[in-house]
Amino acid sequence: MSELAIYLTDSATMLRRNVRHMRRYPLIMFIAGIPVVLMLLFVYVFGGTLGAGLGGVTGGRAEYVAYLTPGILLFTVAGAAQGTAIAVAMDMKEGIIARFRTMPVSRASFLSGHVLANVAQTMLAVAIVIGVAVVIGFRATTGPVDWIAAAGLLALASLALTWVSVALGLVSKSVETASNLPMPLMLLPFFGSGFVPTDSMPDPLRWFADVQPFTPIIETLRRLLLGGEVGGGGLVAVAWCVAITLLGYLWAKRLYDRDPAR
Amino acid sequence: MTGLRTTAGLRTMTGHPATAATRTTAAIRAVGLRRSYGKQLVLDGIDLEVAGGTVFALLGPNGAGKTTTVNILSTLIPADAGEIQVAGHDVAREPDAVRAAIGVTGQFSAVDSLLTGEENLVLMADLLHLGKHEGRRRAAELLERFDLAEARQKPLAAFSGGMQRRLDLAMTLVGNPRIIFLDEPTAGLDPRSRRVMWQIVRDLVAGGVTIFLTTQYLEEADRLADRIAVLDGGRIVAEGTPAELKRLVPGGHIRLEFADPAELERATRAFADATRDDEALTLQVPSDGGVSSLRALLDRLDEASIDVGGLSVQTPDLDDVFLSLTSHHDEEAATR
Repeated sequence: MSELAIYLTDSATMLRRNVRHMRRYPLIMFIAGIPVVLMLLFVYVFGGTLGAGLGGVTGGRAEYVAYLTPGILLFTVAGAAQGTAIAVAMDMKEGIIARFRTMPVSRASFLSGHVLANVAQTMLAVAIVIGVAVVIGFRATTGPVDWIAAAGLLALASLALTWVSVALGLVSKSVETASNLPMPLMLLPFFGSGFVPTDSMPDPLRWFADVQPFTPIIETLRRLLLGGEVGGGGLVAVAWCVAITLLGYLWAKRLYDRDPAR
Repeated sequence: MTGLRTTAGLRTMTGHPATAATRTTAAIRAVGLRRSYGKQLVLDGIDLEVAGGTVFALLGPNGAGKTTTVNILSTLIPADAGEIQVAGHDVAREPDAVRAAIGVTGQFSAVDSLLTGEENLVLMADLLHLGKHEGRRRAAELLERFDLAEARQKPLAAFSGGMQRRLDLAMTLVGNPRIIFLDEPTAGLDPRSRRVMWQIVRDLVAGGVTIFLTTQYLEEADRLADRIAVLDGGRIVAEGTPAELKRLVPGGHIRLEFADPAELERATRAFADATRDDEALTLQVPSDGGVSSLRALLDRLDEASIDVGGLSVQTPDLDDVFLSLTSHHDEEAATR
């Protein structure tokens, strides 16, 4: 078998292992549940006021559901990535990792298995969150091609954030640290265009909100779901995802390959 | 003799003749192995040679460097210096070739406790690319052989230490490794589980496998190992067969018991170098405990017509060896 074939075969085996863990100890209700609760809170508690501030024709709560949903979807992706940091940190504490390292197994496959399983789980959580959003009034006004593109972008964002999360899990000395380190990822949608437009923010914060990677991703999602020209912003969003994936992968690989005794 | 056993064993285990590399080189060979953690030197240039198809025990107190040695030989961590070959391959240059030939059962349980016993074994089979059918067949065979039927369908978290240890070893054996590293395989096991583990090791060796084990139990090394190296403070302080090691330590003797003091008196005159105990009416004659020296002693007793009440041979056990070779380091270790 070629090196690539071995990597793919071993990654599929590791993916099966992680999916088994997820099915046996399901966390999906938390992973989907937290964004759902947040969405209900924002729509029904703050939504009336925030929606009026958007300055649209319909105004109010209905307008805010439409504005909020893309941001909540990316929040779901970021929150789900946290689970991988914990799962990786837990594996690193166990003897099984030494077993994998002393077997003729593709080294990156252990990490890829975690990433692929989490991307699959994230997309499931995204589907649940979209389902609830539709129930409370969200309507995607574009067509199936745009929806598939939106799903693709969410998967790409999940891939990027999960690789970073794998690295965070590897760099953590304990499971507790691993569960806290990815926290900033979940805050970034708030410091972007996830919950309110950036032009309502004070200048320094607005500057940060406009340049940080979550904003172009959210804006692209918004246009893919609600209409509007995707344009160059779409390219920026994809470029961010690819760049973060690459950085996360290289960082994780480097951490995994270091001498485990030092 | 050991060489013959190796070659024959490898044929039966793997189904093809031993490669040129395994015929001409030792299963494990390390020269000048060094490793430190930060400023602490853990292995200070050790040399090891393990013949194929034999059991080699690395014996030493806590903190001697046993686990570090296993970790280096099994490609888990790199050495700072030294030439190391396992199964004829250099561990630094061809780690995957080494990994394909070895199985490792570490000191800490290396099972996936969220999976069932069967899933753990199939996971190993899949990672070794055995194929779906062959993987399942192998898993079923090992569950049967290691008496793990109970663990087949249930996640392992709830099972006893002995059972986890057996599954751990079964997982190591999925790929039919020719060289197996066992790091303290019986630590924390009850006497019955320990005996089960010993029998498993003997069966493996009978099948031609080379075993490298670490232990702090002298009895274990004595019962299982063809050769023993005593590791202390990062150095090999003694190496040899169990019998050779025992000979390193003085203290072997033959103890003669007498019914009356007159006989003891006559015996004392016959054996000038003996130690006499008037209260117990015994005489301790220094001896290696071997058959020929025993025969010589009996002949001398016969010639002098000395009437002996009882006789026992006292050989030093490995505890004596261990304590005399490693005792000076114990205090250092305790203060660290």
